[in-house]
Amino acid sequence: MTAATAVAETRTRSLRGHYGFADLARMEWIKLRSVRSTSWGLAIFTVSLIGSALLFNGLTSAAWGHMPAADRASWDPTNLSFTGLIIGQLVTAVLGVLFITSEYSSGLIRSTFAAAPRRPLVLAAKTAVFGGLALLVGEVLAFASFFAGELIMRSDVPHASLATPTVLRAVLMAGAYAALTGLFGLGLGALIRRTAGGLAAAAGVIFVLPFLTLPLPDSIRNDVTKFLPEPIAASSISAVRPEAHALSPWLGFALLCLYAAVLLAAGTFALARRDV
Amino acid sequence: MIEVRGLTKRYGPTTAVDGLTFEVAPGTVTGFLGPNGSGKSTTMRMIIGLDRPDAGQARIGGRGYRELGWPLRRVGSLLDARSFQPGRSGRAHLAALAASNRLPARRVDEVLDIVGLTQAAGRRAGKYSLGMAQRLGIATALLGDPEVLILDEPVNGLDPEGIRWLRSLLRSLAAEGRTVFISSHLIAEMALTATDLIVIGQGRLLAQTTVAELSAQSTSLEEAFLALTSGVTDYESHAREHGHHYLGSAS
Repeated sequence: MTAATAVAETRTRSLRGHYGFADLARMEWIKLRSVRSTSWGLAIFTVSLIGSALLFNGLTSAAWGHMPAADRASWDPTNLSFTGLIIGQLVTAVLGVLFITSEYSSGLIRSTFAAAPRRPLVLAAKTAVFGGLALLVGEVLAFASFFAGELIMRSDVPHASLATPTVLRAVLMAGAYAALTGLFGLGLGALIRRTAGGLAAAAGVIFVLPFLTLPLPDSIRNDVTKFLPEPIAASSISAVRPEAHALSPWLGFALLCLYAAVLLAAGTFALARRDV
Repeated sequence: MIEVRGLTKRYGPTTAVDGLTFEVAPGTVTGFLGPNGSGKSTTMRMIIGLDRPDAGQARIGGRGYRELGWPLRRVGSLLDARSFQPGRSGRAHLAALAASNRLPARRVDEVLDIVGLTQAAGRRAGKYSLGMAQRLGIATALLGDPEVLILDEPVNGLDPEGIRWLRSLLRSLAAEGRTVFISSHLIAEMALTATDLIVIGQGRLLAQTTVAELSAQSTSLEEAFLALTSGVTDYESHAREHGHHYLGSAS
Protein backbone atom coordinates (compact mmCIF):
# COMPACT_ATOMS: atom_id res chain seq x y z
CA MET A 1 0.00 0.00 0.00
CA THR A 2 1.44 3.36 -0.98
CA ALA A 3 1.41 6.35 1.33
CA ALA A 4 -1.28 8.03 -0.75
CA THR A 5 -3.67 5.07 -0.62
CA ALA A 6 -2.96 4.71 3.11
CA VAL A 7 -4.02 8.32 3.60
CA ALA A 8 -7.10 7.74 1.46
CA GLU A 9 -7.90 4.62 3.47
CA THR A 10 -7.65 6.51 6.79
CA ARG A 11 -9.82 9.27 5.40
CA THR A 12 -12.52 6.86 4.21
CA ARG A 13 -12.57 5.19 7.62
CA SER A 14 -12.79 8.54 9.43
CA LEU A 15 -15.80 9.49 7.31
CA ARG A 16 -17.92 6.47 8.24
CA GLY A 17 -20.83 6.93 10.61
CA HIS A 18 -22.15 10.28 11.74
CA TYR A 19 -22.20 12.68 14.67
CA GLY A 20 -24.87 12.12 17.25
CA PHE A 21 -26.49 13.40 20.38
CA ALA A 22 -23.58 12.43 22.67
CA ASP A 23 -21.07 14.39 20.54
CA LEU A 24 -23.27 17.48 20.58
CA ALA A 25 -23.87 17.13 24.33
CA ARG A 26 -20.08 17.14 24.81
CA MET A 27 -19.81 20.29 22.66
CA GLU A 28 -22.53 22.05 24.63
CA TRP A 29 -20.99 21.03 27.95
CA ILE A 30 -17.64 22.57 26.91
CA LYS A 31 -19.47 25.73 25.82
CA LEU A 32 -21.40 25.95 29.07
CA ARG A 33 -18.39 25.60 31.35
CA SER A 34 -16.07 27.88 29.37
CA VAL A 35 -17.97 31.14 29.85
CA ARG A 36 -18.03 33.21 33.02
CA SER A 37 -21.78 33.84 33.00
CA THR A 38 -22.35 30.21 34.04
CA SER A 39 -20.28 30.40 37.22
CA TRP A 40 -21.57 33.88 38.03
CA GLY A 41 -25.15 32.77 37.61
CA LEU A 42 -24.67 29.70 39.76
CA ALA A 43 -22.98 31.79 42.47
CA ILE A 44 -25.93 34.21 42.58
CA PHE A 45 -28.33 31.25 42.59
CA THR A 46 -26.49 29.71 45.57
CA VAL A 47 -26.28 32.90 47.61
CA SER A 48 -29.90 33.87 47.00
CA LEU A 49 -31.30 30.46 47.92
CA ILE A 50 -29.25 29.69 51.01
CA GLY A 51 -29.04 33.33 52.11
CA SER A 52 -32.78 33.86 52.04
CA ALA A 53 -33.44 30.55 53.82
CA LEU A 54 -31.17 31.68 56.65
CA LEU A 55 -32.66 35.17 56.68
CA PHE A 56 -36.39 34.42 56.44
CA ASN A 57 -36.53 31.22 58.50
CA GLY A 58 -34.38 32.93 61.13
CA LEU A 59 -36.49 36.09 61.27
CA THR A 60 -39.82 34.30 61.22
CA SER A 61 -38.90 31.78 63.86
CA ALA A 62 -37.63 34.60 66.08
CA ALA A 63 -41.09 36.18 65.85
CA TRP A 64 -42.86 32.88 66.60
CA GLY A 65 -43.62 33.99 70.21
CA HIS A 66 -45.97 36.78 69.14
CA MET A 67 -47.32 35.24 65.93
CA PRO A 68 -51.16 35.20 65.62
CA ALA A 69 -52.82 31.77 65.78
CA ALA A 70 -53.80 31.99 62.10
CA ASP A 71 -50.18 32.45 61.07
CA ARG A 72 -49.11 29.58 63.30
CA ALA A 73 -51.78 27.37 61.74
CA SER A 74 -50.46 28.03 58.24
CA TRP A 75 -46.78 27.76 59.32
CA ASP A 76 -44.82 26.09 56.51
CA PRO A 77 -41.07 26.34 57.23
CA THR A 78 -40.24 24.21 54.15
CA ASN A 79 -41.91 26.61 51.76
CA LEU A 80 -40.36 29.56 53.60
CA SER A 81 -36.84 28.20 53.06
CA PHE A 82 -37.40 28.43 49.27
CA THR A 83 -38.07 32.20 49.26
CA GLY A 84 -34.79 32.59 47.34
CA LEU A 85 -36.36 30.84 44.36
CA ILE A 86 -37.88 34.22 43.48
CA ILE A 87 -34.37 35.21 42.42
CA GLY A 88 -33.18 31.71 41.54
CA GLN A 89 -35.92 31.16 38.95
CA LEU A 90 -34.87 34.35 37.19
CA VAL A 91 -31.16 33.45 37.29
CA THR A 92 -31.71 30.09 35.58
CA ALA A 93 -34.12 31.68 33.10
CA VAL A 94 -31.49 34.30 32.20
CA LEU A 95 -28.80 31.61 31.81
CA GLY A 96 -31.18 29.59 29.64
CA VAL A 97 -31.89 32.57 27.37
CA LEU A 98 -28.20 33.47 27.11
CA PHE A 99 -27.15 29.88 26.37
CA ILE A 100 -28.67 30.27 22.91
CA THR A 101 -29.04 34.01 22.22
CA SER A 102 -25.35 34.69 22.94
CA GLU A 103 -24.59 32.33 20.03
CA TYR A 104 -26.71 34.45 17.76
CA SER A 105 -25.33 37.80 18.97
CA SER A 106 -21.71 36.64 18.61
CA GLY A 107 -22.06 34.69 15.37
CA LEU A 108 -21.04 31.39 17.04
CA ILE A 109 -24.35 29.90 15.89
CA ARG A 110 -22.96 29.78 12.33
CA SER A 111 -20.02 27.67 13.50
CA THR A 112 -22.35 25.50 15.58
CA PHE A 113 -24.78 24.81 12.75
CA ALA A 114 -21.94 24.30 10.26
CA ALA A 115 -20.54 21.64 12.60
CA ALA A 116 -23.97 20.13 13.27
CA PRO A 117 -26.60 20.94 10.65
CA ARG A 118 -29.29 18.87 12.41
CA ARG A 119 -30.53 21.84 14.42
CA PRO A 120 -33.22 20.06 16.46
CA LEU A 121 -30.49 17.74 17.72
CA VAL A 122 -28.39 20.77 18.72
CA LEU A 123 -31.25 22.19 20.76
CA ALA A 124 -31.91 18.77 22.28
CA ALA A 125 -28.26 18.61 23.37
CA LYS A 126 -28.45 22.13 24.80
CA THR A 127 -31.64 21.20 26.64
CA ALA A 128 -30.12 18.05 28.12
CA VAL A 129 -26.84 19.66 29.17
CA PHE A 130 -28.28 22.91 30.51
CA GLY A 131 -31.40 21.30 31.99
CA GLY A 132 -29.27 18.58 33.58
CA LEU A 133 -26.89 21.06 35.18
CA ALA A 134 -29.73 23.33 36.35
CA LEU A 135 -31.59 20.34 37.80
CA LEU A 136 -28.51 19.06 39.62
CA VAL A 137 -27.63 22.47 41.05
CA GLY A 138 -31.29 23.19 41.81
CA GLU A 139 -31.72 19.97 43.80
CA VAL A 140 -28.47 20.40 45.70
CA LEU A 141 -29.42 23.96 46.59
CA ALA A 142 -33.01 22.99 47.49
CA PHE A 143 -31.74 20.46 50.03
CA ALA A 144 -29.06 22.88 51.24
CA SER A 145 -31.62 25.68 51.73
CA PHE A 146 -34.02 23.32 53.46
CA PHE A 147 -31.36 22.26 55.96
CA ALA A 148 -30.08 25.82 56.36
CA GLY A 149 -33.64 26.96 57.11
CA GLU A 150 -34.21 24.15 59.61
CA LEU A 151 -30.90 24.73 61.39
CA ILE A 152 -31.36 28.47 61.85
CA MET A 153 -34.82 28.13 63.43
CA ARG A 154 -35.23 28.26 67.20
CA SER A 155 -35.81 24.86 68.76
CA ASP A 156 -39.25 25.74 70.18
CA VAL A 157 -40.63 26.41 66.70
CA PRO A 158 -42.22 23.46 64.83
CA HIS A 159 -39.66 22.05 62.41
CA ALA A 160 -40.17 20.11 59.18
CA SER A 161 -38.59 16.74 58.47
CA LEU A 162 -37.63 15.02 55.24
CA ALA A 163 -39.19 11.89 56.70
CA THR A 164 -42.58 13.49 55.95
CA PRO A 165 -43.38 12.56 52.33
CA THR A 166 -44.98 15.94 51.53
CA VAL A 167 -41.86 17.74 52.78
CA LEU A 168 -39.56 15.60 50.66
CA ARG A 169 -41.86 16.16 47.68
CA ALA A 170 -41.77 19.96 48.23
CA VAL A 171 -37.95 19.99 48.42
CA LEU A 172 -37.55 17.88 45.27
CA MET A 173 -40.04 19.98 43.30
CA ALA A 174 -38.49 23.25 44.47
CA GLY A 175 -35.15 22.07 43.04
CA ALA A 176 -36.74 21.03 39.77
CA TYR A 177 -38.65 24.32 39.45
CA ALA A 178 -35.54 26.42 38.81
CA ALA A 179 -34.43 23.94 36.13
CA LEU A 180 -37.85 24.28 34.47
CA THR A 181 -37.70 28.10 34.37
CA GLY A 182 -34.21 27.66 32.89
CA LEU A 183 -35.77 25.59 30.11
CA PHE A 184 -38.48 28.25 29.60
CA GLY A 185 -35.57 30.65 29.01
CA LEU A 186 -33.85 28.29 26.58
CA GLY A 187 -37.05 27.74 24.59
CA LEU A 188 -37.85 31.45 24.49
CA GLY A 189 -34.25 32.24 23.52
CA ALA A 190 -34.41 29.78 20.60
CA LEU A 191 -37.70 31.30 19.52
CA ILE A 192 -36.73 34.98 19.85
CA ARG A 193 -32.93 34.74 19.20
CA ARG A 194 -32.24 38.24 20.58
CA THR A 195 -30.89 38.50 24.11
CA ALA A 196 -32.95 41.54 25.09
CA GLY A 197 -36.16 40.10 23.68
CA GLY A 198 -35.52 36.69 25.22
CA LEU A 199 -34.84 38.14 28.66
CA ALA A 200 -37.92 40.35 28.48
CA ALA A 201 -40.09 37.40 27.49
CA ALA A 202 -38.70 35.17 30.26
CA ALA A 203 -39.18 37.88 32.89
CA GLY A 204 -42.65 38.51 31.48
CA VAL A 205 -43.71 34.87 31.76
CA ILE A 206 -42.38 34.54 35.29
CA PHE A 207 -43.00 37.94 36.91
CA VAL A 208 -45.35 40.02 34.82
CA LEU A 209 -48.14 37.53 34.03
CA PRO A 210 -49.24 37.22 37.71
CA PHE A 211 -49.48 41.04 37.95
CA LEU A 212 -51.58 41.25 34.80
CA THR A 213 -54.32 39.29 36.56
CA LEU A 214 -54.51 41.76 39.47
CA PRO A 215 -57.37 43.92 38.09
CA LEU A 216 -59.58 40.84 37.63
CA PRO A 217 -62.26 40.08 40.24
CA ASP A 218 -61.00 37.49 42.76
CA SER A 219 -63.43 34.81 41.58
CA ILE A 220 -61.97 34.92 38.07
CA ARG A 221 -58.43 35.81 39.10
CA ASN A 222 -57.97 32.70 41.24
CA ASP A 223 -58.98 30.52 38.32
CA VAL A 224 -56.48 32.22 36.02
CA THR A 225 -53.55 32.70 38.39
CA LYS A 226 -53.32 29.07 39.43
CA PHE A 227 -52.18 28.17 35.92
CA LEU A 228 -49.24 30.62 35.94
CA PRO A 229 -45.71 29.34 36.65
CA GLU A 230 -44.72 31.53 39.57
CA PRO A 231 -47.95 30.97 41.57
CA ILE A 232 -47.68 27.23 40.88
CA ALA A 233 -44.22 27.25 42.40
CA ALA A 234 -45.07 29.46 45.36
CA SER A 235 -48.48 28.04 46.31
CA SER A 236 -48.25 24.37 45.48
CA ILE A 237 -45.14 22.56 44.31
CA SER A 238 -42.76 24.02 46.89
CA ALA A 239 -45.44 24.19 49.63
CA VAL A 240 -46.07 21.37 52.09
CA ARG A 241 -49.64 22.57 52.55
CA PRO A 242 -50.83 23.93 49.18
CA GLU A 243 -52.79 27.18 49.40
CA ALA A 244 -56.47 27.53 48.56
CA HIS A 245 -57.17 28.04 44.84
CA ALA A 246 -53.86 26.38 43.96
CA LEU A 247 -53.48 23.33 41.76
CA SER A 248 -52.40 20.11 43.42
CA PRO A 249 -48.57 19.86 43.50
CA TRP A 250 -48.39 17.04 40.97
CA LEU A 251 -50.82 18.68 38.56
CA GLY A 252 -48.94 21.97 38.90
CA PHE A 253 -45.62 20.26 38.28
CA ALA A 254 -46.96 18.41 35.24
CA LEU A 255 -48.26 21.70 33.87
CA LEU A 256 -44.84 23.39 34.26
CA CYS A 257 -43.19 20.47 32.42
CA LEU A 258 -45.78 20.88 29.67
CA TYR A 259 -45.06 24.63 29.40
CA ALA A 260 -41.31 23.94 29.09
CA ALA A 261 -41.96 21.27 26.45
CA VAL A 262 -44.20 23.59 24.43
CA LEU A 263 -41.68 26.46 24.51
CA LEU A 264 -38.82 24.13 23.51
CA ALA A 265 -40.90 22.60 20.72
CA ALA A 266 -41.69 26.10 19.42
CA GLY A 267 -37.99 26.99 19.66
CA THR A 268 -37.01 23.83 17.76
CA PHE A 269 -39.51 24.59 15.03
CA ALA A 270 -38.18 28.15 14.68
CA LEU A 271 -34.52 27.04 14.63
CA ALA A 272 -35.13 24.43 11.98
CA ARG A 273 -37.03 26.76 9.67
CA ARG A 274 -35.13 30.02 9.86
CA ASP A 275 -31.95 31.01 8.06
CA VAL A 276 -28.94 31.77 10.26
CA MET B 1 -15.95 19.02 -5.42
CA ILE B 2 -18.72 21.57 -4.96
CA GLU B 3 -21.67 21.58 -7.36
CA VAL B 4 -24.18 24.41 -7.41
CA ARG B 5 -27.29 24.00 -9.60
CA GLY B 6 -29.84 26.75 -10.19
CA LEU B 7 -29.31 28.17 -6.72
CA THR B 8 -31.74 30.99 -5.97
CA LYS B 9 -32.39 33.11 -2.89
CA ARG B 10 -34.95 35.89 -2.58
CA TYR B 11 -35.38 38.40 0.21
CA GLY B 12 -38.78 39.93 -0.36
CA PRO B 13 -38.74 41.61 -3.76
CA THR B 14 -34.93 41.39 -4.10
CA THR B 15 -33.31 38.34 -5.67
CA ALA B 16 -29.91 38.02 -3.99
CA VAL B 17 -28.87 34.87 -5.82
CA ASP B 18 -30.48 34.18 -9.16
CA GLY B 19 -30.29 30.70 -10.69
CA LEU B 20 -26.59 30.30 -10.03
CA THR B 21 -24.92 27.22 -11.52
CA PHE B 22 -21.21 26.39 -11.26
CA GLU B 23 -18.72 23.76 -10.14
CA VAL B 24 -15.65 24.07 -7.98
CA ALA B 25 -13.03 21.44 -8.79
CA PRO B 26 -10.59 19.84 -6.36
CA GLY B 27 -6.86 20.44 -6.63
CA THR B 28 -6.92 24.17 -7.27
CA VAL B 29 -7.76 27.36 -5.46
CA THR B 30 -10.98 28.74 -6.93
CA GLY B 31 -11.75 32.39 -6.40
CA PHE B 32 -15.32 33.58 -6.01
CA LEU B 33 -15.32 37.11 -7.26
CA GLY B 34 -17.94 39.80 -7.46
CA PRO B 35 -18.67 43.35 -6.34
CA ASN B 36 -19.97 43.97 -2.82
CA GLY B 37 -23.54 42.76 -2.48
CA SER B 38 -23.36 40.46 -5.49
CA GLY B 39 -24.49 37.41 -3.48
CA LYS B 40 -21.17 35.71 -2.64
CA SER B 41 -21.82 35.32 1.07
CA THR B 42 -25.43 34.26 0.54
CA THR B 43 -24.27 31.60 -1.91
CA MET B 44 -21.68 30.30 0.55
CA ARG B 45 -24.24 30.24 3.38
CA MET B 46 -26.56 28.16 1.20
CA ILE B 47 -23.74 25.74 0.29
CA ILE B 48 -23.12 24.98 3.96
CA GLY B 49 -26.79 24.75 4.81
CA LEU B 50 -27.14 27.87 6.95
CA ASP B 51 -29.63 29.48 4.58
CA ARG B 52 -32.30 27.57 2.73
CA PRO B 53 -32.41 28.23 -1.05
CA ASP B 54 -35.73 29.19 -2.63
CA ALA B 55 -34.77 27.06 -5.62
CA GLY B 56 -31.90 24.89 -6.78
CA GLN B 57 -29.37 22.99 -4.72
CA ALA B 58 -25.77 22.82 -3.63
CA ARG B 59 -23.90 19.53 -3.26
CA ILE B 60 -20.55 18.63 -1.79
CA GLY B 61 -19.08 15.38 -3.06
CA GLY B 62 -22.56 14.54 -4.36
CA ARG B 63 -24.39 15.15 -1.07
CA GLY B 64 -26.28 18.04 0.43
CA TYR B 65 -24.50 19.65 3.39
CA ARG B 66 -27.20 18.66 5.85
CA GLU B 67 -26.77 15.00 4.87
CA LEU B 68 -23.06 14.90 5.77
CA GLY B 69 -22.22 12.46 8.55
CA TRP B 70 -19.26 14.43 9.91
CA PRO B 71 -19.61 17.92 8.41
CA LEU B 72 -16.36 19.31 9.83
CA ARG B 73 -14.34 16.37 8.47
CA ARG B 74 -15.71 17.04 4.98
CA VAL B 75 -16.01 20.81 4.81
CA GLY B 76 -14.19 23.56 6.65
CA SER B 77 -15.84 26.95 6.47
CA LEU B 78 -15.18 30.52 7.48
CA LEU B 79 -18.13 32.81 6.92
CA ASP B 80 -17.44 35.68 9.25
CA ALA B 81 -14.31 36.55 11.20
CA ARG B 82 -16.32 36.77 14.41
CA SER B 83 -18.05 33.42 14.60
CA PHE B 84 -17.08 32.79 18.22
CA GLN B 85 -18.17 34.08 21.62
CA PRO B 86 -15.92 36.83 23.03
CA GLY B 87 -15.95 35.44 26.58
CA ARG B 88 -14.55 32.04 25.65
CA SER B 89 -10.86 31.28 25.01
CA GLY B 90 -9.75 30.37 21.51
CA ARG B 91 -8.80 26.90 22.74
CA ALA B 92 -12.20 26.25 24.39
CA HIS B 93 -13.97 27.48 21.24
CA LEU B 94 -12.05 24.97 19.12
CA ALA B 95 -12.42 22.20 21.71
CA ALA B 96 -16.21 22.58 21.71
CA LEU B 97 -16.44 22.36 17.93
CA ALA B 98 -13.95 19.47 17.83
CA ALA B 99 -16.14 17.54 20.27
CA SER B 100 -19.19 17.93 18.01
CA ASN B 101 -17.52 15.93 15.24
CA ARG B 102 -15.62 13.59 17.59
CA LEU B 103 -12.23 14.99 16.59
CA PRO B 104 -9.28 14.19 18.87
CA ALA B 105 -8.26 16.87 21.38
CA ARG B 106 -4.74 17.00 19.93
CA ARG B 107 -6.22 18.32 16.68
CA VAL B 108 -7.05 21.55 18.55
CA ASP B 109 -3.36 22.05 19.38
CA GLU B 110 -2.39 21.17 15.81
CA VAL B 111 -4.62 23.82 14.22
CA LEU B 112 -3.62 26.41 16.84
CA ASP B 113 -0.04 25.73 15.81
CA ILE B 114 -0.84 25.94 12.07
CA VAL B 115 -2.43 29.40 12.42
CA GLY B 116 0.11 30.61 14.99
CA LEU B 117 -2.28 31.13 17.89
CA THR B 118 -0.69 28.72 20.39
CA GLN B 119 0.48 31.56 22.65
CA ALA B 120 -2.90 33.31 22.63
CA ALA B 121 -5.03 30.15 22.87
CA GLY B 122 -5.85 30.57 26.56
CA ARG B 123 -6.94 34.18 26.26
CA ARG B 124 -10.55 35.26 25.81
CA ALA B 125 -11.17 35.44 22.07
CA GLY B 126 -12.96 38.79 22.47
CA LYS B 127 -9.54 40.34 23.20
CA TYR B 128 -8.10 39.15 19.87
CA SER B 129 -7.20 41.64 17.15
CA LEU B 130 -9.06 41.35 13.85
CA GLY B 131 -6.13 39.44 12.38
CA MET B 132 -6.07 36.99 15.29
CA ALA B 133 -9.84 36.57 15.06
CA GLN B 134 -9.39 35.73 11.39
CA ARG B 135 -6.71 33.18 12.26
CA LEU B 136 -9.06 31.60 14.81
CA GLY B 137 -11.68 31.39 12.07
CA ILE B 138 -9.17 29.68 9.77
CA ALA B 139 -8.22 27.29 12.58
CA THR B 140 -11.91 26.44 12.95
CA ALA B 141 -12.12 25.70 9.22
CA LEU B 142 -9.05 23.44 9.35
CA LEU B 143 -10.19 21.57 12.48
CA GLY B 144 -11.61 18.50 10.75
CA ASP B 145 -8.77 18.27 8.19
CA PRO B 146 -11.48 18.65 5.54
CA GLU B 147 -11.19 17.94 1.82
CA VAL B 148 -13.29 21.04 1.01
CA LEU B 149 -12.62 24.55 2.29
CA ILE B 150 -15.11 27.40 1.87
CA LEU B 151 -13.76 30.73 3.07
CA ASP B 152 -15.58 34.06 2.79
CA GLU B 153 -13.12 36.97 2.50
CA PRO B 154 -10.37 35.12 4.38
CA VAL B 155 -7.73 37.82 3.99
CA ASN B 156 -9.86 40.44 5.76
CA GLY B 157 -7.97 41.88 8.69
CA LEU B 158 -4.75 40.00 8.02
CA ASP B 159 -1.51 41.97 7.83
CA PRO B 160 0.71 41.61 4.71
CA GLU B 161 2.72 38.81 6.34
CA GLY B 162 -0.53 37.05 7.31
CA ILE B 163 -1.89 37.40 3.79
CA ARG B 164 1.23 35.81 2.36
CA TRP B 165 1.07 33.02 4.91
CA LEU B 166 -2.60 32.32 4.09
CA ARG B 167 -1.89 32.37 0.36
CA SER B 168 0.78 29.69 0.61
CA LEU B 169 -1.36 27.68 3.05
CA LEU B 170 -4.33 27.66 0.66
CA ARG B 171 -2.12 26.74 -2.30
CA SER B 172 -0.54 23.84 -0.45
CA LEU B 173 -3.97 22.60 0.68
CA ALA B 174 -5.11 22.69 -2.96
CA ALA B 175 -1.90 20.91 -4.05
CA GLU B 176 -2.85 18.08 -1.68
CA GLY B 177 -5.97 17.60 -3.81
CA ARG B 178 -8.42 19.55 -1.71
CA THR B 179 -11.16 21.82 -3.01
CA VAL B 180 -10.44 25.40 -1.94
CA PHE B 181 -13.14 27.98 -2.60
CA ILE B 182 -12.49 31.55 -1.43
CA SER B 183 -14.44 34.72 -2.00
CA SER B 184 -13.10 38.21 -2.37
CA HIS B 185 -14.03 41.53 -3.87
CA LEU B 186 -10.33 42.32 -4.30
CA ILE B 187 -9.26 41.25 -7.76
CA ALA B 188 -5.56 41.90 -7.20
CA GLU B 189 -5.44 39.61 -4.16
CA MET B 190 -7.42 36.95 -5.96
CA ALA B 191 -4.98 37.00 -8.91
CA LEU B 192 -2.17 36.05 -6.54
CA THR B 193 -4.02 33.26 -4.72
CA ALA B 194 -6.49 31.65 -7.08
CA THR B 195 -6.09 29.78 -10.37
CA ASP B 196 -9.75 29.28 -11.30
CA LEU B 197 -12.36 32.01 -11.06
CA ILE B 198 -16.11 32.20 -10.68
CA VAL B 199 -17.33 35.73 -11.26
CA ILE B 200 -20.84 36.81 -10.25
CA GLY B 201 -22.79 40.05 -10.26
CA GLN B 202 -26.26 40.73 -8.89
CA GLY B 203 -26.55 37.07 -8.01
CA ARG B 204 -25.96 35.83 -11.55
CA LEU B 205 -23.01 33.97 -13.00
CA LEU B 206 -20.92 36.28 -15.20
CA ALA B 207 -18.06 33.90 -15.94
CA GLN B 208 -16.55 30.60 -14.94
CA THR B 209 -12.99 31.09 -16.07
CA THR B 210 -9.36 31.15 -14.94
CA VAL B 211 -7.15 34.03 -13.86
CA ALA B 212 -5.02 33.51 -16.99
CA GLU B 213 -8.02 33.52 -19.33
CA LEU B 214 -9.59 36.57 -17.80
CA SER B 215 -6.41 38.65 -17.81
CA ALA B 216 -5.89 37.80 -21.49
CA GLN B 217 -9.21 39.50 -22.31
CA SER B 218 -7.99 43.00 -21.53
CA THR B 219 -4.96 45.12 -20.78
CA SER B 220 -4.99 43.95 -17.17
CA LEU B 221 -6.93 41.57 -14.96
CA GLU B 222 -8.49 44.52 -13.19
CA GLU B 223 -9.69 46.03 -16.45
CA ALA B 224 -11.13 42.68 -17.54
CA PHE B 225 -12.93 42.27 -14.20
CA LEU B 226 -14.35 45.80 -14.29
CA ALA B 227 -15.52 45.30 -17.87
CA LEU B 228 -17.21 42.06 -16.85
CA THR B 229 -19.00 43.55 -13.85
CA SER B 230 -19.67 47.05 -15.22
CA GLY B 231 -23.36 46.45 -15.82
CA VAL B 232 -24.09 44.95 -12.44
CA THR B 233 -22.49 47.18 -9.83
CA ASP B 234 -25.40 48.17 -7.69
CA TYR B 235 -24.14 51.34 -6.07
CA GLU B 236 -23.02 52.77 -9.39
CA SER B 237 -26.46 52.45 -10.98
CA HIS B 238 -27.92 53.74 -7.72
CA ALA B 239 -25.73 56.85 -7.92
CA ARG B 240 -26.68 57.38 -11.57
CA GLU B 241 -30.38 57.15 -10.79
CA HIS B 242 -30.24 59.51 -7.86
CA GLY B 243 -27.49 61.82 -9.07
CA HIS B 244 -29.79 64.43 -10.58
CA HIS B 245 -31.69 64.80 -7.30
CA TYR B 246 -28.54 65.86 -5.50
CA LEU B 247 -27.72 68.31 -8.29
CA GLY B 248 -31.28 69.55 -8.29
CA SER B 249 -31.35 70.35 -4.61
CA ALA B 250 -27.96 72.07 -4.80
CA SER B 251 -28.99 74.48 -7.56
